[in-house]
Amino acid sequence: MGMTITEKILAAHADKEKVEPGEIIEARIDLALANDITAPLSLEEFDKVGAKEVFDKEKVVFVLDHFTPNKDILSAENCKKIREFSKKYRITHFYEGGQCGIEHALLPEQGLVVPGDVVIGADSHTCTYGALGAFSTGMGSTDITYGMVTGRVWLKVPESIKFICTGKWPKWVTGKDLILHIIGMIGVDGALYAAMEFEGEAISALSMDSRFTIANMAIEAGGKNGIFKADEKTIAYMEGRSKRHSKIYESDPDANYREVYTIDVGTLGPKVACPSLPSNVKGAEELKEIAIDQVVIGSCTNGRMEDLEAAAEILKGQKVAPYVRCIIIPATPTIYGEAMKRGYFETFLDAGCIISPPTCGPCLGGHMGVLAKGERAIATTNRNFIGRMGHPESEVYLAGPAVAAASAIKGRIACPEEVV
Amino acid sequence: MKVRGKTWKFGDNIDTDIIIPARYLAHTDPKVLGEHCMEPIAPLFPKQVQKGDIIIGGLNFGCGSSREHAPIAIAALGISLVIAKSFARIFYRNAFNKGLALLEADLTGLVEEGEEIEVDLSSGIITCKKAEVTAKPIPAFMVELVNEGGLINYLKKKLED
Repeated sequence: MGMTITEKILAAHADKEKVEPGEIIEARIDLALANDITAPLSLEEFDKVGAKEVFDKEKVVFVLDHFTPNKDILSAENCKKIREFSKKYRITHFYEGGQCGIEHALLPEQGLVVPGDVVIGADSHTCTYGALGAFSTGMGSTDITYGMVTGRVWLKVPESIKFICTGKWPKWVTGKDLILHIIGMIGVDGALYAAMEFEGEAISALSMDSRFTIANMAIEAGGKNGIFKADEKTIAYMEGRSKRHSKIYESDPDANYREVYTIDVGTLGPKVACPSLPSNVKGAEELKEIAIDQVVIGSCTNGRMEDLEAAAEILKGQKVAPYVRCIIIPATPTIYGEAMKRGYFETFLDAGCIISPPTCGPCLGGHMGVLAKGERAIATTNRNFIGRMGHPESEVYLAGPAVAAASAIKGRIACPEEVV
Repeated sequence: MKVRGKTWKFGDNIDTDIIIPARYLAHTDPKVLGEHCMEPIAPLFPKQVQKGDIIIGGLNFGCGSSREHAPIAIAALGISLVIAKSFARIFYRNAFNKGLALLEADLTGLVEEGEEIEVDLSSGIITCKKAEVTAKPIPAFMVELVNEGGLINYLKKKLED
């Protein structure tokens, strides 16, 4: 029996010829990540164990992206602790201020993850880097402390589920629509503990930005990781980003899968996940009666260049509806600068949008766009749980950037074709 | 070890934003986190819950974010155990790392809210009014980890050696 990409990467990092689903292994890690919410707990544990140093100062990453620019005194104190730790242990990859972006957009952009890596992060959306052909998964602060100190992690080798994606992408249908469709189909625990592997002609045709979006939401189906084989697009994306050795793994033809799904993307339209689960998915055209108060275009799911490009194309020469706030959050300083150069900022400002600095902010109801009781948002983020963006009686609808931008113009959930 | 406690029933997919909303995540003090546990759907829960009480969940308990604040908040209220039909992967690891006991069993249709049940943590035998149920065994590796005193104690010993 052959192995999947996930099994091959894990075997290599556990110095084994072969691993099987269900097996417990101790793997070497290439990177351990934490942010301003999860790092403080990791550092408390670091002190408790009496560690004297991190296993490799090049391989521990802190990104202060959640409650920053600091939303209150407590958040500022947390960031201060992480900053002091990073200075003391000379952590190479410490990101804050004008270098800081949303972690899962920032790390690939900065070349910190390469194909074939094992990455653990104290953030559930760490699964994003699977788009590069790396094994990456989220875990808690304590597991990250163990990784920071030992350079290792214990893992149960996951079973794999394959999604073969065929067909041609209709206009305005992107990675977000596909992953929402998949979560709607298999449910929020449909891939519980499993690796979600994506392949097929429709995946080859897909941009890296859309692949990041898909891998990012593997956790929303309960997945341990999402993974793509690195191809020419991955290699082109990686060019000039990292000097580290990378390795491209491919699943064997006789690898074992728990389930195999085939999806023709040509049959998909723009999708929206209704409150309060990412699996509550409907076609955008069924929801045109739903009025909205706020639009958020950003996050680790959809705050990349392709997303801003789609939003700009739709918002060009248009106006955000009265009484609607449309918040645009470029995910990293590089994306921010590029969007500015391309003239998107002018488009957004003319339309009446707010342009936020890179932050996770409103996605988790932290700051920069918290909802009041009874308010409703459509967002390009990843979770629409009860109270996710603010008051427990507020609501979040999840969509791709094109639907979100069209909705901003109409003041209700709208399809891109209605405004372009 | 046996625990006995009053049950609090929650449904399927109890996510980490319900267990502890993100707006409280700048706090690391367990007491403060406990005060806001389950706030979006059961705001009185932290005040009414008593030491030793047991949470009963459905499918995919603890889905969502990696925040360790979730098991910390539950444990801070003195909850002795969470029994759910299934657990989300990250929450499962975090609970073990934070010393919150978990068992996998489907009690949602068997137990009434507020009913007292008895649980033998080592055998996984759950005794409720209607039936006796055996929980799915905890993976051997996790038992070993618990016997070592948890991941952090294991690491501490490793560093001292």
